[in-house]
Amino acid sequence: MLVEALALSALLFTIGVIGVLTRRNAIMIFMCVELMLNAVNLSFVALSKLYGAAGQVFVVFTMTVAAAEAAVGLAIIIAIFRHQRTVNLQNINLLKG
Amino acid sequence: MNPALIPEGAHPLATTVARLVWLLPLLPLLGFLINGTLAMLGAAKIGPADPSADNGHGHGEAHGHGDAHAHADHGHDDHGHPPRHKFAKIVSLVGPGVLVAAFGLAVAIFAAMRGVDMEHPYVLTLFSWMPVGDLNLNATILLDPLSMVMVMVITGVGMLIHIFSVGYMQDDPGYPRYFAYLNLFVFFMLILVLGGSYPLLFVGWEGVGLCSYLLIGFWFSEKANADAGKKAFIVNRIGDFGFLVAMFLMFANLGTLDILGVAEKAAELPMGGVIATAIALFLFVGCTGKSAQIPLYVWLPDAMAGPTPVSALIHAATMVTAGVYLVARASGIFSMAPVAQLTVAAVGAATAFFAATIGLKQWDIKKVLAYSTVSQLGYMFIGVGVGAYVAGVFHLVTHAFFKALLFLGSGSVIYVMHAAYHATHNHDDAQDMRNMGGMKTYMPITFYLMWTATLAIAGIPLFSGFFSKDEILASVFARAHHSTLAEASLLGIPGSTLLMIVYGLGLASALLTAIYMTRMMLYTFHGPNRTGEAERPHLKEAPWIMTGPLVVLAILAAFGGWLNVPALLDAIGPVGGLEHFLEPVVGANALRTTLGEAPHLSHSTEYVLVGTAILIAVVGITFAVLRLKPAALVAKKDSPAATGFDRVLENKYFVDEGYDAAIVQPTVNVSRAVLWKGFDAGIIDGLFVNGSALLARAFGWMGSQLQTGQVGTYAWVLLIGVITLLGAFTFR
Amino acid sequence: MQPNQFHSLAYSFGFYFFGLIALASAVAFVTRKNTVAAAMWLVNVMFALAALYVMLDAQFIATMQVLVYTGAIMVVFLFVIMLLNLGHPSELADARGKWGYVLALFVGLALLAEVMALNRSSTIDKMIPPDLAAKAAAAAATPVAGGIIGPVAAPLFKEYLLAFELTSVLLLAAIVGSVVLGKRRTDAR
Repeated sequence: MLVEALALSALLFTIGVIGVLTRRNAIMIFMCVELMLNAVNLSFVALSKLYGAAGQVFVVFTMTVAAAEAAVGLAIIIAIFRHQRTVNLQNINLLKG
Repeated sequence: MNPALIPEGAHPLATTVARLVWLLPLLPLLGFLINGTLAMLGAAKIGPADPSADNGHGHGEAHGHGDAHAHADHGHDDHGHPPRHKFAKIVSLVGPGVLVAAFGLAVAIFAAMRGVDMEHPYVLTLFSWMPVGDLNLNATILLDPLSMVMVMVITGVGMLIHIFSVGYMQDDPGYPRYFAYLNLFVFFMLILVLGGSYPLLFVGWEGVGLCSYLLIGFWFSEKANADAGKKAFIVNRIGDFGFLVAMFLMFANLGTLDILGVAEKAAELPMGGVIATAIALFLFVGCTGKSAQIPLYVWLPDAMAGPTPVSALIHAATMVTAGVYLVARASGIFSMAPVAQLTVAAVGAATAFFAATIGLKQWDIKKVLAYSTVSQLGYMFIGVGVGAYVAGVFHLVTHAFFKALLFLGSGSVIYVMHAAYHATHNHDDAQDMRNMGGMKTYMPITFYLMWTATLAIAGIPLFSGFFSKDEILASVFARAHHSTLAEASLLGIPGSTLLMIVYGLGLASALLTAIYMTRMMLYTFHGPNRTGEAERPHLKEAPWIMTGPLVVLAILAAFGGWLNVPALLDAIGPVGGLEHFLEPVVGANALRTTLGEAPHLSHSTEYVLVGTAILIAVVGITFAVLRLKPAALVAKKDSPAATGFDRVLENKYFVDEGYDAAIVQPTVNVSRAVLWKGFDAGIIDGLFVNGSALLARAFGWMGSQLQTGQVGTYAWVLLIGVITLLGAFTFR
Repeated sequence: MQPNQFHSLAYSFGFYFFGLIALASAVAFVTRKNTVAAAMWLVNVMFALAALYVMLDAQFIATMQVLVYTGAIMVVFLFVIMLLNLGHPSELADARGKWGYVLALFVGLALLAEVMALNRSSTIDKMIPPDLAAKAAAAAATPVAGGIIGPVAAPLFKEYLLAFELTSVLLLAAIVGSVVLGKRRTDAR
């Protein structure tokens, strides 16, 4: 089943990527990133079945980082929303050169 | 000369005191370090205090003498203003001391050299200097009779001038600095003559140029002096360019820069070939700069802005003769290039005559001597140019004696004049001969000594100049009839004709020399005194520390001719001492020019030549004595401006003005318009500095356009990068 | 690769079942205009993945997936969505133009092709160093005492202890950061 698991991982990852590329809602993009992280986690778990538990350890780390990222990212989104009254990224270009 | 090297240790000199030859340049360097340190430690106020400059600073002796005129600010014991340097005593010991030691060592080495067979030069390798690719240069000392002669002149005359300087300069606030420079000069000069390779010689060559610059501008707070220093430096650089090109040509064509190696390789070149001629001519360009020949002579008269002992040592006796030494040193190349030799001789003759005419109408006593030096250097180049290397070097030696004497004597006169003017607070020109006159009653010793030198330079028989000058002229005459030079031609003029012209110019210059030197003596020492009533009581003989060296130099100037007595006068002493001494170095090269046989003139011809020379000297002196009336002269401030050709001569043919209009101003203008406004402001500032800033800004702008601030764009860019990288992994 | 251990038909069926659920939910998630609905579909993906984790013998990770991801992170997402009141239709016009979709699809397919190519078992075998593969295979073959958590806990607190401690620092920083960012500015600076 390893091949199937990896294929599923790739598919989920691609869906996440397409979501990031096509959506403009900051929270949607954020959730797409979470989907991509999950896809990678699936790869880790699938490979750990063959190559030892280290893959699962990495999943733990990924989850931690994802949690931290969610906390900070959502805080940023709230801060932006307070200023701009929107989370549409097309309207947010403070970093424009 | 057999340039084949024999091992260092096997040379007969290796077991003698000559192995200490490396100590010779180190002694003055030590003096430089000590005096330089003292100069920096006691950095007193630096200012002009030249007794030969009109600046009102003075000398202790003058004040001591001027007690009767007790000035409010002049104390009784008088070394009042400016105060003598606090390290003056140590400097007075160290400065001349190292020269005395060096001279002692030189004499010892000379004695050792006399005792051995000097068929081969003694080469002492000190250390590996520049091992770069094909070029493997060692710092070597080349000790052979030629460098020995130069070392003797440099240390001997240098020692006397150092001693004289103690009297002349000790009240100057920059006294330690002065001796530091002077010692450094001797160091570099010894490197120049002892250097075993052309680059090392060049180090000395540049070093003496530097010291010359420093000493000409010694009283740099006067703009004219600083300008004179700069002029000397810049004009010399033009010549040095020629020297450098010559070295490049040597390395490119001969593959070596070692003096002996070059001589060996040069002998294999074709006679009169392009390479030898080019190297020789470029070397001579260097010589025209250093030795003040046409067209680069203009710096030497201005160099008289320096202290008078400096003029004597650097600008008369030693440094300016470096060019002559170089031609003699590179005789192996020059003797392979008759065209270059003819050029040297022609330029020398033209310079000798040209400078002598200017000397006729100069009023500044040092300017007369300066043009005289240029003229005499021209003589030396005639000598080495026609392949009579011994004659050229011989004249170099005798000239060092009598010209140093003349300069130091004039220094004494200036010193006394200045002291007198200072005592009476007169601001007249202490160097102008129109302000002197009748000095023989006040300075009898200097008077007799100066006449000795004058007779020597004029070529009166049995004085040293007679022998050397006559030998040069005779050599020219002989080679005009039978030599490689006579067969060659320069600019379409056959060599034999050209050499006869050179000979004629030489005779004419001899006549002029006799006239202007007698004129200088008449105006300075004879006739009524024109200093003024107030100054007259202050005129007196210079102290013994100054006249002492003069006496020694006078003896040398009088009897220096015995160094190389011509065969014609074998009655008066051993014939050809210098000739035999220098034979291993230049003998073979001289013979090459004279087609393998010693130059031969019949006795009757020689008598005629010598007689002509004597006649010309006597006529010149007589003419000057009869024609010039010192009594008719008036002091400078009352003199009318010169008119007609006198004015042209007095203004040195307006050469300086011509150079200024033809070279300096266009250079300045081009520099300003093209180099500054165009190149510096336009290309460097505009294109490179501002341009690169503009470019950075343009790229920055382009980069900033990528920064849309849109997260979506960033995601796209990121993803494209990811796909590219993954693609590289997947499809490798 | 070792001989296939996932042999039973029921196992295969379960695997494909949950896989398809995950895939379908993901597609649904990414195409929803309504953010809340999208979030719910994402929760569905995560549940399906948790089930797959169990099937892949990673029970601990499956638990974490349910507890941390679905239980904590997604709840926070939903919470923020509700807080910002993003369910309004005015906020829904977040899709790019038609060409944006096409291009995104194209790029996505390219990426998929590449990842799939890399996922081929031969490629994976090539990419993993043989010594590591042998070691890992040996470790996987020997049953480890300590139940289902032991195999994960042992390396986590031994080999990766430093990284583990660093994640705690990361979490601390994240806490401080989110507090600072989320704090309402009281001063009118």
